[in-house]
Amino acid sequence: MKEPIVQFNDVHKSFGDVKVLKGIDLDINPAEKVAVIGPSGSGKTTIIRMLMTLEEPTSGDIIVDGKNLWKMEKNGKPLRANEKHLRSIRGDIGMVFQHFNLFPHMTILDNCMVAPIHVKKEDKLEVKERAVQMLDRVGLGDKLENYPSQLSGGQKQRVAMARALVMRPKIMLFDEVTSALDPELVGEVLEVIRDIAKNDDMAMVLVTHEMDFALDIADKVLFLDEGVIAEQGTASQVIEHSANERLQTFLHRFRKV
Amino acid sequence: MAFIAGLSRLSPNVIVRKITGAYVEVFRGTSLIVQLFWLYYAIPMLFGINLGSNWWIGVIAIGLNYGAYLSEVVRGSIQSVAKGQTEAATALNMSRFQRMRLVIFPQAVRMMLPEFGNYTIQMLKGTSLVSLIGLTDVLYYGDIMRSTNLAQAPLIYLLVLILYFILALPLIWLTRKGESISKKGVASE
Ligand SMILES: Nc1ncnc2c1ncn2[C@@H]1O[C@H](COP(=O)(O)OP(=O)(O)O)[C@@H](O)[C@H]1O
Ligand SMILES: [Mg+2]
Repeated sequence: MKEPIVQFNDVHKSFGDVKVLKGIDLDINPAEKVAVIGPSGSGKTTIIRMLMTLEEPTSGDIIVDGKNLWKMEKNGKPLRANEKHLRSIRGDIGMVFQHFNLFPHMTILDNCMVAPIHVKKEDKLEVKERAVQMLDRVGLGDKLENYPSQLSGGQKQRVAMARALVMRPKIMLFDEVTSALDPELVGEVLEVIRDIAKNDDMAMVLVTHEMDFALDIADKVLFLDEGVIAEQGTASQVIEHSANERLQTFLHRFRKV
Repeated sequence: MAFIAGLSRLSPNVIVRKITGAYVEVFRGTSLIVQLFWLYYAIPMLFGINLGSNWWIGVIAIGLNYGAYLSEVVRGSIQSVAKGQTEAATALNMSRFQRMRLVIFPQAVRMMLPEFGNYTIQMLKGTSLVSLIGLTDVLYYGDIMRSTNLAQAPLIYLLVLILYFILALPLIWLTRKGESISKKGVASE
C-alpha cells in the first residue's frame, strides 16, 4: 500500500477558549482529490490553514510526506517547529485563497514568476516559459503584462491557480475559491480546477459548497460538523446515500431542487 | 532614519522595539524648538560635548525629529498592507525577509509616498526655526531687510512666502506624482 502524503493524527485547534477542531484524523493519498464540505464555521478553512502552516494546531500531529510539520527535534529533544523547519516542508504545498491575494504591484506574469525565481532559485527563462504556459492553460495567455486590478474576479482566481501551480506542489489546497465570485464567473474557475484534477497527479483538498462539482471530481468527501469529521467516504456515499441527519439537512440547503 | 526606526518598531525583538518606541515618543512628543535648544545649549553644557557647528545641529535635530514622525508613517504603512498578502507569500514558501522585500515593502512604500511628501514640505518649513540657534535662513534675512526698511515689511514677507513656496514646489509636485503611483498596486485592509 502507498504511504499517505498527508496525515492528521488527533489534531485539535482552539482559538482562545473556543474549541474549533476536536480531534481530526485524516489520510490523504498522493494524487487523491478530497472535497471538504460542512456548515460555515465548522472549521474547514482552519484545517487547510494548518496544513499551509498559517495556523498552528493546539495539539496533535500533521505529517506531510513522512515529516512532522509542526514539530521538530534538536539533539533528540522535541521542539516546536521553527520557520526553517516549516520552510523545508511548506514547498510541497500550495494554496488558492478565497480572496485571491494576488500581488497587486506586480504584473500577472511576475505574480507567477516571483516565487520560483526567488524561493526555488530556478532559472529565469525556464520559469518564464513555464509561467507563460501555465497562464495559457488557465486561459490568460493574452494578459501577461496586465496588473491584477485590470482583471475580473474569475480571471484573478485563475491567475492565483497558475501562480500556485508553477511551484509544482505535491498538494494543492483550495479554500472556497469560487465563493467570492459573481455567479456567472464561477464556471470558468471550476473548469480550470476540473482540468487540473483530471490531468495533474497532485493531491488536492477542496473546501467547497459546489456539491455537484465535488461529486464529479472528488475521490473522497469529508463532512465536517461541530469540529469533527462526521462522515467520510466516496462522493456518492456521502452526498447521495448518507443517513446522517445533519448532513441531510446541510445538503438540503445547498441543493437547488 | 525613518526606515530603520519604522522597521525596528516591527521587529520580533522586544528590546529593539522598546528602544525605538522610546525614541519615537520622545521626539514626537516634544517640539522641534525644544529639541534644537537642547542640542545647542543643554547637551554641550551638561556633558561637555560639542556637537559641531550650529549648521550640523540644525541638521541633526531636524533629522531626528522628522525621522521620528516618518518612522510612524513607515510602520503604519507596513501594517496596513493586507494580511492576505503575507499569507499568499508564505504559501509560496517565501522566507520572512523575502516576504518583506518582495511583497510587503513595495506596497507599503506606495502608501508612504504621499505622506512622505507632506512631511518633507513641513520639514522645509520647519527649517525656519533654526534661526533661533543662530543659523541664517530665508526668514532671518527677510527679518533683517525688514528692520532696515520698515515701510517695505509686507512686501518683504510676501517675498519670503513666495520663496518658500518656490522651494516647496518641486516637493509638492513629487508628492502628487507619488500619490498617482500609489493609487495603483496596493492591497490594504
Ligand atoms: N484567527 C481566528 N481567531 C479566532 N477565531 C477564529 C480564527 N479563525 C477562525 N476562527 C473561528 O473558528 C471557527 C471556524 O472557522 P473556519 O475554519 O473559518 O470555518 P469554515 O471555513 O468552516 O467556515 C469559526 O467559529 C471562526 O470564528
Ligand atoms: Mg472558510
